Amino acid sequence: MNERLSSALRVLPDYLSQHVLLSAAALALGLAISLPLLIAATRSARVRWPVLALASLIQTVPGIALLALFYPLLLGLSSLSGRLFGFHFPALGFLPSLLALTLYSILPILRNGITAILNLDPAILQAASGVGMTDRQRLLRVEMPLAAPMLMAGLRTSAVWVIGTATLATPVGQTSLGNYIFTGLQVEDWVWVLFGCGVAVALALVTDQLLGLIELGLGRRRPRLAWIGLALLLLGVAAAGAVPLQSRGRAGYVVGAKDFSEQYILASLIGSRIQASGHPVRERTDLGSVFAFRALAANELSAYVDYTGTLWTNILHRTDEPPRAQMLADLRAQLRSRYGVELLGPLGFENAYVLAMRRGEAARLGIRTIQDLARLAPELRMGGDLEFFARPEWRMLEARYGLRFRSRRSYEPTFMYKALMSGQVDVISAFSSDGRIAADHLVVLKDPLHAIPPYDAVILLSPKRAEDPVLRRALKPLIGAIPIQLMRQANYMVDRPAGKRTPAEAAEWLARAAHLN
Amino acid sequence: MIVLDNVSKTFDGGASYAVRRVSLQVPARTFVAVVGDSGSGKTTLLKTINRLIEPEEGEVLIDEERVRGVAPHALRRRIGYVFQGIGLFPHMSIAENIGITPRLVGWPEPEIRARVEELIDLVALPRAYLTRLPAELSGGQRQRIGIARALAARPYIMLMDEPFGALDPITRDTLGVEYRRLHDGMHLTTLMVTHDILEAVLLADRIVVMRAGAIVADGVPHDLLAGHPDPDVRTLMDMPRRQAERVRALLEERARE
Repeated sequence: MNERLSSALRVLPDYLSQHVLLSAAALALGLAISLPLLIAATRSARVRWPVLALASLIQTVPGIALLALFYPLLLGLSSLSGRLFGFHFPALGFLPSLLALTLYSILPILRNGITAILNLDPAILQAASGVGMTDRQRLLRVEMPLAAPMLMAGLRTSAVWVIGTATLATPVGQTSLGNYIFTGLQVEDWVWVLFGCGVAVALALVTDQLLGLIELGLGRRRPRLAWIGLALLLLGVAAAGAVPLQSRGRAGYVVGAKDFSEQYILASLIGSRIQASGHPVRERTDLGSVFAFRALAANELSAYVDYTGTLWTNILHRTDEPPRAQMLADLRAQLRSRYGVELLGPLGFENAYVLAMRRGEAARLGIRTIQDLARLAPELRMGGDLEFFARPEWRMLEARYGLRFRSRRSYEPTFMYKALMSGQVDVISAFSSDGRIAADHLVVLKDPLHAIPPYDAVILLSPKRAEDPVLRRALKPLIGAIPIQLMRQANYMVDRPAGKRTPAEAAEWLARAAHLN
Repeated sequence: MIVLDNVSKTFDGGASYAVRRVSLQVPARTFVAVVGDSGSGKTTLLKTINRLIEPEEGEVLIDEERVRGVAPHALRRRIGYVFQGIGLFPHMSIAENIGITPRLVGWPEPEIRARVEELIDLVALPRAYLTRLPAELSGGQRQRIGIARALAARPYIMLMDEPFGALDPITRDTLGVEYRRLHDGMHLTTLMVTHDILEAVLLADRIVVMRAGAIVADGVPHDLLAGHPDPDVRTLMDMPRRQAERVRALLEERARE
C-alpha cells in the first residue's frame, strides 16, 4: 500500500504541474474568447441566440469525444499548414487538449455574464446614459463591474469543469492527473485511481475557493481580497510552470505506450535501456491505440511497441493475410515508404486477439475452436474490450465463422475479465500475452480458418530517429529476446489483484529474466 | 431657451403616437411642470430633449442649436437628468456617484472633490455620507444624491421625470421646496414631469397639461386654477383648489369650537 502511494507521489509533480498548466491555459483562453462574445451577445439579440446555442451544443458533446475530435482536425490543419508554409504543429498532446477544454470553459462564463448584464436594473442603465456615458464607458464603468460577481461565479463553474475534464486529456497524449486514473484502471490499481481522483478534486476545490475569494473581493468592494486570490492563483500556475523545467530536462527521447499493462512494461524497459546509455528519456503513456502510431509518424514519439496485425489492418488497411514472414517484410517496406517509420524488429512474442472462455464451461459445452463456438453462439453472451467490436478483426471473425451471439457488450479490459469470471458473459476477446489467461484458467479457442492475422510485437522508430545510433544500439538487443511466457508473467505481475508490481518493477524483472542486462 | 418644434414620436411604426406634433418653448430660467395622465406622452416629450428618445419628426433646439447635431453623450453631459428610478450606481460610493459627469468630462480631481463637497452641502446631507454606498441611504437621501449628481457638471438645464414620485409626502414636500430654491439660486431652466398636480401648482412657474400625446393647456398656475375651457383641464385644476378649500374648512371648524 505504502509502496503504491509512494510510486504515485513520485510522478505527482509531473502529472499535477501539467494538469495545472493545461487547465490554466484553457481557462485563460476561454475567458479571452468569452468576454468579447459576451459583450457582442448583450448588445444584439441576433448574436446572442446563435452564440448561446453553439456554446450549449459544445457542452453536450462528451468530453472525451471532444478531445478526440480535435486530433483529426488538427492533423488536417497541420498538413495543410505544412503544405502552405512548411510548418507542422503537433496534432496530439497539449494543443488538442487545450482547444477542447477551452471550448468547454466558454458556456458557463458566457451564460452567467449574459444573464448578469441583461438583468441589470434598467434604471441604472438609464442613469448611465443620462449622466453622459458613451456606450463603451457604460460597459466598462457600469455593466462589467456590476456583472463581475456573477461572471466570476461562471468562471468558477468553468474552472471546476475544466479541471475535471482535463483528466480525459491523457488518451490524446497529454500528461495529466488522468494518467493516474487510466493507468490505475488498466492495471487494477485502485490506490492510483483514487489518488488521481483525490488530487483532481483537491485541485478543483482549491481553485474554486481562490476564485471565490476574488469574487468576494469584487462583490464587497474589497480589492485586497481579490488581489490576494489572484496572486495565489498565479503563484500556483507559476509553480506548475517551474516544475517541468527541472523534471523534464533537455528534450531527449520520448517512449510511447498505449493504455495497457504490457505497453507500460515495454515502454519502461525501452526507456531504461536508453537511459542506461546516458540519454534523457520521457514516457508518454495511455495513448489511444490510433494516436500512438500517428504521434510516432509525427516525430512526437521516438519509439514504441506495436503489433503487426494492428498495423496491417488499421494503418495499412489491408484485409489479405500473407504468411507471417511476408507480412513482416511488407510491413517494414510500407511503413518506411509511406510514413518514414522504421520497423526495428519483432520482440519475439505475439499478442494476438483471441477468444477465451472459462475452462469448465468450454469443456461442458464441448467448445474447442471458434467453429464449435459459432454453432452455440446464438445462446451465448460475448464481451469485448472497448474497441474490439469496431475493429476489422471482429468483422473478419464474424464473416468467416458466421458468429452471431445472443448479446454483445463492451468493457474496459479489467472489468471484461471480471464479467467473464462472474458469469455475466460467456466469451471474451482476450490478448494472447495476457497473464490473466493462465491465472484465471481460461481456455483460448483455436482459429482454424485464420481469421485473425499474426500480432507479433515489434519496435517502431520515428522517422527522425530511424537511423539514430543511440536508439538502435540500445534497442537492438531486445529483438527476438522476449518469449511469450516471460511476457505473460511480467504482465501478470502488474495485473494480478494481490502482490502487484509496478510496470517499472515488472520491466526490471523481465530484463533480468530475459538476460538482457 | 428650449424649443420643441412639431415633435412627433411613435413606438409602433405610426399606428399610434406617444407625442404628436408638439411645439413648446421654455425660456431660460423658467420652471415648467408637465402634467397629465400616464400614457399622455409627458415622459417621451422630456426624453426627446436629451436624446434618450429620438423623435421621428420635428426638431428640438437648445439655444437655437439642433440637438440632433450634438453627440448624445456630449449633449447629456450638459443637461441634468433626474428620474424616479434615481439609478445611483450601486458599486460606486456617493462621492463617485456625484462626481461621475465631471469625471467623464475630464475635470481635474481636486476640482471634482471640491464640487462634490459643495453639492452634498447643497442637498443638505452630511459629508460623512460621501464614502458610503447608495444602499446605505434612505430613499429621500438617495434622491438628494440623484439631484446632486445631475447638477455636478454645472448644467443650466434640468430635466426631471417624476423626481419625487416614490418618496413619502413629507420628504417629497421638503425636497420640492429645496429644489425650487436651487433652481432659483443657480439660474436653472427646469422641465419637470409629474402626475401630482398640487406639486406642479406649488413649484412651477408654468404648467403644461398633456393628453394623448398633445398639449391641451399651457399657462401660469394662477390662470389655470381660475378656469379653462377644456373640461378635463378644469377637473384636473379643480382638485388642488378643492383640497385646499376642504383643509381650510376643517381648520375654521376647529377654530369655532
